[in-house]
Amino acid sequence: MTLRRIWSWIIILLGAAYFLLPLFGMLQFSLKMKRGVYSFEAYRVVLRDPQFQQTFSYSVILALLTIVIGTLIVVPTAYWVRLKLPRLRPVVEFITLLPLVIPPIVIVFGYIRLYNTSSVLPLTGSWIGTNILVLFGYTTLALPYMYRAVDTGLRAIDVATLTEAAQSLGASWTRILATVILPNVLVSVLSGAFLTFAIVIGEYVFAALLNLNTFGPYMVWMGGNRAYEPSALAVIAFGITWACMGLIQLFTRFSKFSSAKR
Amino acid sequence: MAFLELSHLEKSFGPTRVVKDFDLSIEKGEFVSFLGPSGCGKTTVLRMVAGFETPTAGSIVIDGQDVTALRPNQRNIGMVFQAYALFPNLTVAQNVGFGLRVSGLGRAEIAGRVAEMLKLIGLADLGARYPFQLSGGQQQRVALARALAVRPRVLLLDEPLSALDAKIRVSLREEIRAIQRELGITTIFVTHDQEEALSMSDRVVVMTNGIADQVGTPFEIYNRPTTRFVAQFVGTLNLLDARVVDAAVGNVTVGETPVALNRSLNGAHGPISLALRPEVIALGRHTARAVVLTGRIAEVHFLGSVIRIRVNVGGNLISLDTFNRPDAPPPAVGSAAEISIAESDLLVLTD
Repeated sequence: MTLRRIWSWIIILLGAAYFLLPLFGMLQFSLKMKRGVYSFEAYRVVLRDPQFQQTFSYSVILALLTIVIGTLIVVPTAYWVRLKLPRLRPVVEFITLLPLVIPPIVIVFGYIRLYNTSSVLPLTGSWIGTNILVLFGYTTLALPYMYRAVDTGLRAIDVATLTEAAQSLGASWTRILATVILPNVLVSVLSGAFLTFAIVIGEYVFAALLNLNTFGPYMVWMGGNRAYEPSALAVIAFGITWACMGLIQLFTRFSKFSSAKR
Repeated sequence: MAFLELSHLEKSFGPTRVVKDFDLSIEKGEFVSFLGPSGCGKTTVLRMVAGFETPTAGSIVIDGQDVTALRPNQRNIGMVFQAYALFPNLTVAQNVGFGLRVSGLGRAEIAGRVAEMLKLIGLADLGARYPFQLSGGQQQRVALARALAVRPRVLLLDEPLSALDAKIRVSLREEIRAIQRELGITTIFVTHDQEEALSMSDRVVVMTNGIADQVGTPFEIYNRPTTRFVAQFVGTLNLLDARVVDAAVGNVTVGETPVALNRSLNGAHGPISLALRPEVIALGRHTARAVVLTGRIAEVHFLGSVIRIRVNVGGNLISLDTFNRPDAPPPAVGSAAEISIAESDLLVLTD
């Protein structure tokens, strides 16, 4: 018994080392920009870089817009499927899972073929069009996470009866969605939103092929041209992702009525 | 014309007809119960009145206005659900005020009406709580207040007491009836519990297989059931096989015993069924009860104030109730017994 325990521990430690050592190496390297001492010099350089500020804030804006569009598409869809088309659920679920199966490179090539400057809808021809295209692309990438989160959230409430109760009190569909359904799945929407945020912040393929100066291509450019700064950037990106995960936990725990027995 | 008029309502789900040619007129301020076993169509009729189901045929008219084609949120109907259906993200006060906010009332007016409603249901201090902090009975009272706050034309109650425990069920049904009387609101109450239906309603509609079998006051339904289904579904009923001897004067035989019903049987002949309630049968002979049958005591159930005895009369098990008397112990199982009935208490089931 004790021998088995020791072995389990050894395997856990090996596994942990496999994941943690590269992280530690990267962190350590990012602190060694100044010869002989540990310093935050690389971070200072990165954060000062106007290109970092510009690409990062651009990506943040894209991420936030993706979340808004995703929520507006996913919440009503998931709600309607649960309420009126329960038989279509497997189909819709399959569709939302497609972005995990089809690589982004395929999607973006499709987009470029469909919406290039000589097409009926030349979205790639203008700055605003390209941004719209990339936003919808990101929404597609976020679908699997958004839909699953929201659908799970809807499972926890009695959608049909709550809808009928609101209807009998005179509420319209938009009112029901905004004041009854959305607040009750907000925690799920947020957890989907943070995952979306993490995906969009680091996204490279869409941005590079549509020639947009977002954070992803900037990181790649950095990696090819500098020594210490890419590690610092990676640590920062990593920190953002983890902060997102932490925020999901926090929101789930502190939401006011989530302890309700429903 | 009545306040709420349901005429020739029909509802089919695919090939199954759930509601068949349902007619009912409800007066303003009336409390009507739909009573029936599950699957009899009572909830479907209620949901058609609320607008959640579209009738396959027929019409629904409220206060002179045909609402058949209106959407549920245009009908101004209050509804209380079995599962409470309170909005979990809103406080009690916000729940009660939901319909008022939808209708665009001013903040002060909403607050006033909400306070009035919370007082009406006796939860004046719980306005700031969330639904999950309330007991089932409290939640259902909040749901009632929420439905009533918008001053609906009709109140629909869909088995509102079924999820509650027995004691609260009784107290809440009295409370619902008192509030309904106070506000004078036209109410339809759906239940499968006959005691609820009989004790609360002005009129009861007994339903089976999508049709209204009998409509009447609780007293009529219980004492003068017109169909075998109503007689058996409402209350306990004993059935006696009898054979008609003379239909014109109402002479029949039960086993070997001749029984004079002293009323015309409308030309019935051959075997018929006689029905009787447990409380109209007495053990032993009594001067006012002319029909006397003999049998053996088959079962004795001591229920406290009431003793329920089953007597085997020629193969028919007859239930009867007697009050407990401390000086007279219940009869022994297997002993011979005579039961007596007044002939007017014997119901003749026509179908």
